[in-house]
Amino acid sequence: MANSALARSGSVKAASSNDAVVQVRDVCKNYGDIEALRGINLEFERGNLTTLLGPSGCGKTTLLKIIAGLVPATSGEIRVNGRAVTAPGPERAFVFQDFALMPWATVLRNIGFGLELKGVTAAERDRTARRYIEQVGLAGFEQKYPHELSGGMRQRVGIARAFAVNADVLLLDEPFSAVDEQNRRKFQEDLLRLVELEKKTFIFVTHSIEEAVYVSDRIVLLSPRPGRVSQIIDPMIDRTASPDDIRRDAVYLDVVEEIWQGLRQYAE
Amino acid sequence: MQMSVSPAKLRDGIGAPKEVPPTVLEKIQSFADERRSFWIVVSLTLLFASWEMAGRIPISFAFPTFLETLSAFGEMVADGSMHKAYLITLQPLVMGVLVSALVGIGLGVAMGLSDKAEWLLAPVFIVLQAAPMAALVPLVTFVYGIGLTAKTLAVIMLALPVIVLNSYKAVRHVNPSLVDMCRSFQGSRVQQIFKIIIPDASPVLFAGLRLGIAAGFIGVMLAELLITPTGIGDLITYHRSVANYAHMYAAVASIIAVSTLTLAGLQYVETHLLRPEKRRK
Repeated sequence: MANSALARSGSVKAASSNDAVVQVRDVCKNYGDIEALRGINLEFERGNLTTLLGPSGCGKTTLLKIIAGLVPATSGEIRVNGRAVTAPGPERAFVFQDFALMPWATVLRNIGFGLELKGVTAAERDRTARRYIEQVGLAGFEQKYPHELSGGMRQRVGIARAFAVNADVLLLDEPFSAVDEQNRRKFQEDLLRLVELEKKTFIFVTHSIEEAVYVSDRIVLLSPRPGRVSQIIDPMIDRTASPDDIRRDAVYLDVVEEIWQGLRQYAE
Repeated sequence: MQMSVSPAKLRDGIGAPKEVPPTVLEKIQSFADERRSFWIVVSLTLLFASWEMAGRIPISFAFPTFLETLSAFGEMVADGSMHKAYLITLQPLVMGVLVSALVGIGLGVAMGLSDKAEWLLAPVFIVLQAAPMAALVPLVTFVYGIGLTAKTLAVIMLALPVIVLNSYKAVRHVNPSLVDMCRSFQGSRVQQIFKIIIPDASPVLFAGLRLGIAAGFIGVMLAELLITPTGIGDLITYHRSVANYAHMYAAVASIIAVSTLTLAGLQYVETHLLRPEKRRK
């Protein structure tokens, strides 16, 4: 195929690179008799946006939650900044698929909640929260409650909350799946802007091929039952172009097609 | 409050709310559309009007009209017997409800948080909730006599199981995603309980408290009617025995009103202290 040069093989280098913020080593996960993940080895480079992509049931969310320390791995280890971790830590922040906002708290308090738990003073966390409210485009909604916001705005609150704790690594679990298509595109563009602005490492879970190709520096394809790394693809898309041009770009379309060919065997 | 008034009966209530001049029908219509209080007043007016009519038919010589009952109530307030009765009735009621609320929420939350606590305690409270408590009240009298202790215990026996079981259910139904969120930001277990679990459980916790307090009122009336007549129970028993039916009904209606107002007050506390977002719905 013409675009085969775009895709690197699935074999993973040893943990030699200093640039790897998160290292996943031989991670397996069993739920009783069900093998959810088998022998996952991955490295996530600093400042990159890596997508875990695969059909439902491939364990991509499980892998993300293992990296977050929310779910224990059956075997293997996760290293963050070179140190093995088994629980959530300040260098990682999680964005939830269902937003996980406290319905009884205002936007301002929800965004500052990570800081509140760390004992940051009210004045300090409000200042930080307001800065991120501005960044995600929610200015004017500080005193609203989650039920007064649209789905898209709720997820902006979830993203601002994760940014506010200033973690090195942001873990996003299908953050746009509950957002409608129009807002989803706007969101993807905003996410790219935030990636540029914040210089953080992003690990992103999605089941949308287009979304993955559009936002990612690297795409990890997982195969289902048990979840294994089947392919690693670096889309190499020129992001200086306008969003609409990217979506019409030949490279973009070729990568989407290539991933589809890789995944279609799993579709019923 | 119930708002089950059919539109056809709306005309009956037009004269009732004081805020509305009964001249312009449209004004009332728009008021009725946006104000809940209008419907509450209509509902109560209908209830009292049908009571009045039933008393006038009369459906029984022992059934006083609403107005007779109201004047009997005024009389009992004026001669101080109502105050004295409530002073006595409220003692076992308030103590019993406070103990049930504190112990009940404590045990229920513990059962929600820990499987061991659930396995240990749940069977006891499920049996207690299923048991017909009125049958147990005389047993309490055998052990604790006829004093305040026995009456307080009667209140607790009725209020506690429902509060425990609701609190337990409330904690078990907390959104797991919120708990994960708290963990992902390194919240401690204590922060998790007080900042996430209890606020998220509070609607069901309060539903349990409301049921528990209502059961506490049943308990105190059972105690005052079955153990020894004191307080409101004494007023009811005494006025029944001398065929002062209006006074007896006034005592009964007053305890219902007190119970209703207590529950409404609790709802106010819940929405204003714990779940501010509910006010904006």
